[in-house]
Amino acid sequence: MNFITELGQYMIENSSELFALTVEHIAMVAYGIFFALLVGIPLGIIAAKYEKLAPIIISITSILQLVPSLAMLAILMLYFGLGFQTMVIGLFLYSLMPIVRNTYVGIKEVDDSIIEAGKGSGMTAFQLLTKLQFPLSIPFLMAGLRVASVIAIAVACIGPYIGAEGLGKEIISGISLQSDVKIYAGAIPATIIAIIADVALGKVEKKTKQRMA
Amino acid sequence: MIQLKNINKYYEDGFQALKAINLTFEEGKVNVLIGPSGCGKTTTMKLLNRLTDFTDGQILIDEKNIQEINPIELRRQMGYVIQNIGLFPHMTISENVATVPKLLKWDKQKIKEKVDALLTMVNLDPDIYRNRYPSELSGGQQQRIGVIRALAAEPSTILMDEPFSALDPISREQLQDELTRLQKEINKTIIFVTHDMDEAIKIADQIILMKDGQVVQKGSPQELLTNPANEFVKEFIGEERLGNALPPLSEFIIKDFPRISMEQRTEEAIDLMATNQLVEIPVVDGKGEYKGIVNLYQALNNKKATLAELVDDSIEAITRKVDTNFLMKKFHESKLMIFPVQSEQGKLEGIVEREDLYRFLQQFYERKSGGSVWN
Repeated sequence: MNFITELGQYMIENSSELFALTVEHIAMVAYGIFFALLVGIPLGIIAAKYEKLAPIIISITSILQLVPSLAMLAILMLYFGLGFQTMVIGLFLYSLMPIVRNTYVGIKEVDDSIIEAGKGSGMTAFQLLTKLQFPLSIPFLMAGLRVASVIAIAVACIGPYIGAEGLGKEIISGISLQSDVKIYAGAIPATIIAIIADVALGKVEKKTKQRMA
Repeated sequence: MIQLKNINKYYEDGFQALKAINLTFEEGKVNVLIGPSGCGKTTTMKLLNRLTDFTDGQILIDEKNIQEINPIELRRQMGYVIQNIGLFPHMTISENVATVPKLLKWDKQKIKEKVDALLTMVNLDPDIYRNRYPSELSGGQQQRIGVIRALAAEPSTILMDEPFSALDPISREQLQDELTRLQKEINKTIIFVTHDMDEAIKIADQIILMKDGQVVQKGSPQELLTNPANEFVKEFIGEERLGNALPPLSEFIIKDFPRISMEQRTEEAIDLMATNQLVEIPVVDGKGEYKGIVNLYQALNNKKATLAELVDDSIEAITRKVDTNFLMKKFHESKLMIFPVQSEQGKLEGIVEREDLYRFLQQFYERKSGGSVWN
């Protein structure tokens, strides 16, 4: 009980700083995901349209995700230096795989009869993509986005090691100062963000799916 | 009019999918391509909107070579209904129906009016269904949308690839009836692929029966039923259906029926009729051409008149190509006991006896009510 009041007191006293860290945490994730969408969706489409490129694109993005996060960020730091932008690049690379793969699968999963109907109605290859295949792959894309966001929020916690701030700052300084309160003050908001992202994007995903069932 | 001239199609592995196909699809007719799976019926249909190509031969659409028409333009001018319905699940019913008009960049108001008119045509209230999604409709309703989507841009030709085969029997029958009704209003050239003979007989003007990439027989449902070209056709149509059709008129013609020549005397005619127990006898001229019919009682009443005076030349002969049903109607409308059949050159070929035809019909329906279902 004592600990909880202590934690509460700490969080209230440092609320403005914690808030700033939370905002920065979200910003890193948002930028990373934004660029991942920007690059990942076209890559997924290319993979779906050109079957021969698909294994190459999918395996490269998969390998990127297999690199341990600390190692990946350290390597990136060698080239891009310390700071926010390095973290964004790291999160971008991490988020690529779920987005590329789900876009690819989503387009592949579109029912053949729908494509045949589109073709038979006189749609060009580009119209098939923009009017049918891409809109119909959105529920899959949303699932990918959700996975990517949760991963990115977690990975962003090791930001301070490469000079980026975010909620990881509280956690890591808590480790070095052996302060339970600091660790919790960073961990709780980070977990809440992850839960909110998961639930909210899950709802969006469900909504897009419903209509198409 | 669409013409296929000597179409061959080979696959890369050398397999010949279509062999010397010659077909004509006339304006405003329902043409049904039918046959066992793998016979090439769907492939033949897909040649028409260039979803597949042929190796050699020529396809003409209103005298224009199909290969000179841009496939995208071609498809927008042709309706297409597919087996699995293929509605776009992320679009509302009205967006689905408006697919081709939108591709053709029609005016918005015009599209809306067209969509509403089409929905009304298939008995779906536009106010209720316009903004629904396909998943909210039953299978039968979905395929109605599939059909009107194909009609939306007012194409003159509609391709239908087993459109009703995925539906339950009740919806299927309803849609077949609806199509028949619609066709009377819209009068499109329809190319319809099916493997269901009952469906083909019900809706077709022309049935094209295919096997192993070849056309085995083509003709009206009546022609196929009454004159199956070979054992395969018979087997495909099925005994039961063959039994349901009346045989062709030619089977009722009595060729050696007595006849009298115009130059002969009236008494001779009376004698001939008396010996053969006839009331009517056909009259021919010296060349064997049909001239009319003489009635026994009139001859008896006017024994002095010549045959030329007695002959009733208002009775027109029919040809053997006439449908048996048509002759039944003729008999029904007249009191004649016989009906003359003449060749194309006008020669009397023989006659059909009312009694003979009626006797056959009696047996026909007796057999039917005792055995298979009559529908």
